[in-house]
Amino acid sequence: MLSVKHNEPVEFAEDLLGKFAEIVARYPEGRQKSALLPVLHEVQAVYGWLSVPAMDRVAAYLGIEPIEVYEVATFYTMFFLRPQGKYALEVCRTGPCCLVGAERIMKHLESRLGVKEGEVTPDGLFSWRGVECLAACGYGPVLQIGPEYTFYENLTEESVDKLIDELKEKAVAIG
Amino acid sequence: MARKLLLTHIDVPGIQAFDVYRQKGGYRAVEKALKTLTPDEVVDEVKKSGLRGRGGAGFPTGMKWSFLAKPEGVPRYLVCNADESEPGTFKDRYLMTHIPHALIEGMIVASYALGANTSYIYVRGEMMPQVRILERAIAEARQAGFLGKNILGVGYDLELYVQPGGGAYICGEETALLESLEGKRGNPRIKPPFPAVSGLYNCPTVVNNVESIAATVPIINDGGEEYAKIGIERSTGTKLISAGGNLNNPGVYEIELGLPVEEFIYSDEYCGGIANGKRLKAVVAGGSSVPILPANLILKTLKGESRLMTYESLADGGFQSGTMLGSGGFIAFDEDQCIVRNTWNFTRFYHHESCGQCSPCREGTGWMEKVLHKIEHGHGSFSDIDLLVDVSKKIEGNTICPLGDAAAWPVASAIRHFRDEFEWHITNGQEAQARNFGLAHYADPLEPVV
Repeated sequence: MLSVKHNEPVEFAEDLLGKFAEIVARYPEGRQKSALLPVLHEVQAVYGWLSVPAMDRVAAYLGIEPIEVYEVATFYTMFFLRPQGKYALEVCRTGPCCLVGAERIMKHLESRLGVKEGEVTPDGLFSWRGVECLAACGYGPVLQIGPEYTFYENLTEESVDKLIDELKEKAVAIG
Repeated sequence: MARKLLLTHIDVPGIQAFDVYRQKGGYRAVEKALKTLTPDEVVDEVKKSGLRGRGGAGFPTGMKWSFLAKPEGVPRYLVCNADESEPGTFKDRYLMTHIPHALIEGMIVASYALGANTSYIYVRGEMMPQVRILERAIAEARQAGFLGKNILGVGYDLELYVQPGGGAYICGEETALLESLEGKRGNPRIKPPFPAVSGLYNCPTVVNNVESIAATVPIINDGGEEYAKIGIERSTGTKLISAGGNLNNPGVYEIELGLPVEEFIYSDEYCGGIANGKRLKAVVAGGSSVPILPANLILKTLKGESRLMTYESLADGGFQSGTMLGSGGFIAFDEDQCIVRNTWNFTRFYHHESCGQCSPCREGTGWMEKVLHKIEHGHGSFSDIDLLVDVSKKIEGNTICPLGDAAAWPVASAIRHFRDEFEWHITNGQEAQARNFGLAHYADPLEPVV
């Protein structure tokens, strides 16, 4: 569902528009709509999620209707339709990972971060959710963190604690 | 040691880079194909090799190529399906991460064979690191003159692009993938027309799995007949198997088709047996969609023959006592694993990933998920088991794409082989409840969190 609470206008920076142009050039003339998914990834990498004004801008840029962007953004699970934590942790929750303890890891994340699935910690640093198979079944349990989609494999409660501590330090370091 | 064709140089330091890959004989297949073979001769070699689609369906690749329509003045496309999402399968991630030029080289050979001048590699969006790796590899290949205009001076032009998806299992279905590549929701198209006639941008298109495309490199280097000498019957060549679950050595293995399943599970060259000294309970041999088999039936067929890693041997006995090689996503379950819980988990996956176009799949997967959740949590009744069988039968074969079948088979096979366990959950409700992990409030990621 689209968020209607956040409607601050959005202006894309020059370098982001440059990336859009590079992406659009990959497709034949008149097929610029093909750029939609890669462009939305770029927008989410900058803003952390997809607001309605941002999606409207994308529609205008690609010369398509806003609804064509909304229907895509709501279909694909990677696109966040509301603000997330600075670090959005996504744990694979599908069969093979569950055989090796993914449910334990999610339970641990929940108690360690003190927020339920889909919620953001009060300091704005973390959110977490279970996602479907990440195609890393031999290295489970696994989690990923966007926008680079860095991968953390063979998770244990201890390695998750360490990761959270590191991310907290990193957040302090970069202000 | 088994012969390796795709992962021969996987342990060479720096093999990710063009120079090292080239030193190890990389891009010889491009030179051979472009300089000494016509496109049709390349297609013939692939036909002779007997290579079958490595994404799951197992359709002969050379035949798929020969179906491509070639109307005058209309561009043709090759699209690589790197939307690896079938639970249990992670071989393409491995290949693209560690030896990306194997895919790029295969893409050039296959594009030449099909007469495509623009080709796309559709990578699942979560594999952003692999997107970057492939983009770097493409830039290197272009720098070396293997991509772009007039490749190797033979007058053939090719542009290659990487397209990230957005996190949707359904986009592994080829027509959904094409919709997605056109910037739309991943709703599978009604066939016919098949992509070979009307695919990307309504132009003739071939969609092939990463591993199938990479396999064209050794096929061109050594010849299709040489490739066909490996394996048994109609299962030729080597196959990447993703081994996961409760194994001592999970990971990606390149096997010669025909390897006994028992050897694959227990020998130290491969999975090294079941983890923590436990016994094997069941195996899903080809990705979550294929029927689950109990340990006795995965090791031996009903006739008592040793089960082999081939398309034919795994399918021996049909769905009554056999399964499928599928994508090669090999998931092992130890004796402590709960089949009901796993079936519920898989069904939740299919419900989540159903695109929602066809009612039997959209409604049926949700219904099965709810009933399985009920049984797993100790609130089921005996009639629920029959209900599950009934719903699964009504999904199977009644949907536009195979996701419906993929959702129905795991449920039907789990009940077929492990009915006792379902009944145990029903007669021992409280005990079943007590074993629950306590994660009662899974929020659906698509639901708004207020």
